[in-house]
Amino acid sequence: MAFAKKTGPGGKGRGRGAKAAGDKKDGQRRGMFRRRKVCKFCAERIDDINYKDMRMLSGFVPERGKVLPRRISGTCALHQRKLRTAIMRARQIALLPYVTD
Amino acid sequence: MNDRKYELVYVMKPEASEAEVAEMQAQVEAIIARLGGTLEKTDAWGRRKLAYDIGNHKEGFYVLHVIAGSGELMKEIDRRLRNTEGLLRHLVVRIDESDRRAERSKTIRVEDSRRRRVARGLPPDRQPGEGPQQADGDDDDRDGYESPEA
Repeated sequence: MAFAKKTGPGGKGRGRGAKAAGDKKDGQRRGMFRRRKVCKFCAERIDDINYKDMRMLSGFVPERGKVLPRRISGTCALHQRKLRTAIMRARQIALLPYVTD
Repeated sequence: MNDRKYELVYVMKPEASEAEVAEMQAQVEAIIARLGGTLEKTDAWGRRKLAYDIGNHKEGFYVLHVIAGSGELMKEIDRRLRNTEGLLRHLVVRIDESDRRAERSKTIRVEDSRRRRVARGLPPDRQPGEGPQQADGDDDDRDGYESPEA
């Protein structure tokens, strides 16, 4: 780790913990390093994107009510397509908004 | 008979009484019975807030049916629901194909992982006590994963 973390005499025993903390700091420095984005549905092995699962869908519908673009969420093309269908269905039965101003 | 499977969701007006909801369900069941389908599941979600106002309603009473039957049956149900008073929205979705596809990709994945485990000289199924870090050790950035709402 390149981070100069102050380690006292007893610091060596906590080597792993210190490294984890450094990793986290790394992630907060956006703009310098861009983290590789992972498709949520591939990572969690969700085969079926269901229009009834509001808890899952609402994460991909920001304030305005639009579908979160792939470049932001990192969703793969296949799953983005399925996600879009699911969101459109949820909109039809008023589970999700079309627009919110 | 047809082996297609559909999901039907409809939203009733929030002021609908229990009797009206029951009557609506009975109507749907009657159509299903008449056209030779089967009702596999009924699930009343109850009153929910609508994501947008419909008319001057802010809430709706949601009911879900899972129906096995033909396309003609669903067409008839759709037609009937269109002309039903007291209904705010309804949606018919065919689910057997997507279910099958999800099932297939799941089996493929399971078999794939079993094959790879056997190739590595491990028993095909994960043993109790094996951590997830062993199953996908290449994902080093999983803990830093940002949820999309961020």
